[in-house]
Amino acid sequence: MPINQDYLGRTFPASAPYEVSRVKIAEFADAIGDPNPVYRDRAAARAAGHVDVIAPPTFAIVISAAAGSSVITDHELGLNYAMVVHGEQRFEYSRPVTAGDVVTAQATITDIKAAGRNTLLTTRTEIRTVEGEHVCTAISTLVERGSAA
Amino acid sequence: MSGQVSYDEVEAGQELAAARYPVTRLSLVRYCGASGDFNVIHWNERIAKSVGLPDVIAHGMFTMAQAGRYVTDWAGPGSAVVEFGVRFSSPVVVPDDGTGAAIDVSGTIEEKLDGNRVVLALTARSAGTKVLTRARAVVRLP
Repeated sequence: MPINQDYLGRTFPASAPYEVSRVKIAEFADAIGDPNPVYRDRAAARAAGHVDVIAPPTFAIVISAAAGSSVITDHELGLNYAMVVHGEQRFEYSRPVTAGDVVTAQATITDIKAAGRNTLLTTRTEIRTVEGEHVCTAISTLVERGSAA
Repeated sequence: MSGQVSYDEVEAGQELAAARYPVTRLSLVRYCGASGDFNVIHWNERIAKSVGLPDVIAHGMFTMAQAGRYVTDWAGPGSAVVEFGVRFSSPVVVPDDGTGAAIDVSGTIEEKLDGNRVVLALTARSAGTKVLTRARAVVRLP
């Protein structure tokens, strides 16, 4: 089934507030195999100029996925997730995601286009603290294989 | 982990030491849990093959995370990643053979910008195939 073109330009509601915890950051750092102490040790993070432990750069995907899941599971959009691979990913940071942040993520579908037999879906997700401070913008292109006519 | 590099000591064109990061089926299962991305193509060989993939493949974001680690290890704790972008050009295929796969990352300082920022051009290969293209990080150095 082709992706529903009516979704181009649509902005989804902001996600529920997500509280960034030290435990989750450490779990993520373990999962990517990165032993850097600024992801685990508050004293090391403070020595590097942060208020608390920071998250690895790609941790922002965990937060943007909270908003992205509303895109992926929207049945009227018509995305077949088993046929989806990641095409491109880009992050623009105002500062590192930091333990104690309470953030929301809001996704907008900025492009839907065919590339051969595939369909490319690009979303731009703004991650801000609940106080309104911009932390990171995540731009994701997903590739749905074989869905274009 | 390296020490701390400073903006004044680096030059455009400078090549950074390469690094190799292993990836096994266990890595992917852990990454599924930590990231919340349980797409079956990252842990179920039967379904991965049924949708036309050669085998289970790593999350693109796992590969990007290794490139991110490469950048932050080089830049040191006093630096900040300002921008980071990649294109996933080919999947990292992770066989269930007791060894798994490896991601080889290398980088070059492509450009020095104002504001103590540098542009790193990154290359990532697995089994000799480029798995990331257009991989760039902009880092602010002390």
